[in-house]
Amino acid sequence: MPQFRIPGPLRRLSDGEITVAVQAHDLASAIDALDARYPGFRDRLLDEKGELRQFVNVYLNDEDVRLGSGLSEKVGEKDEISIVPAVAGGR
Amino acid sequence: MPKVLGLRCRECGAEYELQATHVCEMCFGPLDAVYDQAALKKVVSRARIEAGPKSMWRYRDLLPVEDSVNVVTLGEGFTPLVKADRLGAELGLRNLYLKNDSMNPTNSFKDRVVSVAISWARAHGFETIACASTGNLANAVAAYAARAGLECFVFIPVDLEPAKVASISVFDPNVVAVRGNYDEVNRLCSQLLESTPWAFCNINIRPFYAEGSKTLTFETAEQLGWKLPDEIIIPIASGCQFVRHRQAVRELLEYGLVRGDKVPAFTGAQALGCAPVYNAFHSDTPDRVLPVKPNTIARSIAIGNPSDGVYVNRIARETGGVVEAVTEEEIVDGIRLLARTEGIFTETAGGVTIGVLAKLARAGRWNGDETVVAYVTGHGLKTADVLASANGHSSRRVEIDPTMKSFREKVSI
Repeated sequence: MPQFRIPGPLRRLSDGEITVAVQAHDLASAIDALDARYPGFRDRLLDEKGELRQFVNVYLNDEDVRLGSGLSEKVGEKDEISIVPAVAGGR
Repeated sequence: MPKVLGLRCRECGAEYELQATHVCEMCFGPLDAVYDQAALKKVVSRARIEAGPKSMWRYRDLLPVEDSVNVVTLGEGFTPLVKADRLGAELGLRNLYLKNDSMNPTNSFKDRVVSVAISWARAHGFETIACASTGNLANAVAAYAARAGLECFVFIPVDLEPAKVASISVFDPNVVAVRGNYDEVNRLCSQLLESTPWAFCNINIRPFYAEGSKTLTFETAEQLGWKLPDEIIIPIASGCQFVRHRQAVRELLEYGLVRGDKVPAFTGAQALGCAPVYNAFHSDTPDRVLPVKPNTIARSIAIGNPSDGVYVNRIARETGGVVEAVTEEEIVDGIRLLARTEGIFTETAGGVTIGVLAKLARAGRWNGDETVVAYVTGHGLKTADVLASANGHSSRRVEIDPTMKSFREKVSI
């Protein structure tokens, strides 16, 4: 099953779990499944229009999903979905 | 009484105790330091600042470091504000100024933010300083960590140019070369945060780090005779410093350091090869900054996923500024134009700033009497390789034999 990596600030929602496996075929349904198991994730990740919030980055196996198909990105058996707060700059 | 009261989310307003953290647990918005403004109002004055050291620490009252014994300094800031008459003449600007921040101890603007970050980290008991960087930040972090005697880890992309690696390594930090680009290095560090007791300058202690940026604008106002310019041109990477410069203007007005209520136009400069903020500014949805894969010689500002991008666009719009971008060729032209007219050698990020200044001036943005200040944020030796690849020799170079005859044949005087 595809697996979420939960960042520190959101682990209160996941009862402290760092990884959460979900049954899903794309990123949108994965977030729905995560929210069904641990309510609150959907609101934290998506805005009122159902799009990814500006300050949330989601990576599918290390690739920023905004550079691909966003929430309609397909997810497979061994995929890892990382939620990472937007980090700011400095170079 | 401490002057910094805590942290507040810029998005939802949630408040947090003073700690090393940079994102809101509620909405992931960025956190900013909150000051006791009422107390500061009684203390801050032009006279008090003018009596301070000739460094950015003359503004210590407005920085998040409570006790001067914790200040880690190499004499950063209070860099020259140069009236640029020759560059101004080429661009039709009679009151053009350059804030030359390449004159800092490690030759970039980063010394300001790092001096504050490491001072804060030392005051709060951190023993190890870290950062993700492509050069300028790592350079500053390594130098200031050495100065403070703190352990240091810098994370750099594996393909960083040898000259930059050398200027970092000389300070003897732990260098972790990551097989990935900057955005990937940054992401790795943001995940590492949770398993290390380290102060990452540009991540978990960013609310304090960012505050150092304000001093650039404080100094500009002071050096203009406690006046604000009409427009400021600022290079955009994450957008972090752009936002802090807007805050600096707010504080200059709030504390009565400058008179009036006129806010300068804030204009941002990006390289077209990495222009996510520019793209959004000129789209129908400036509040949605979509990430890009950077591909530009202006590597020190090439952040494909800029966290403060939406704020840059809001500030630019609210103040009557714009976000403009230039080609690779215009970046190199900007470096050469600045060097040829003013004797200042800047890195590619400065080439972006001067390129945008020139582009806007030639497009007729100003009538010529406005006071315009461009922030030149890093030294040209950091990126001298781009000149070599673009014919680094002077177009007026000749090669001669060591004889008078050869000289007379080849050189017209």
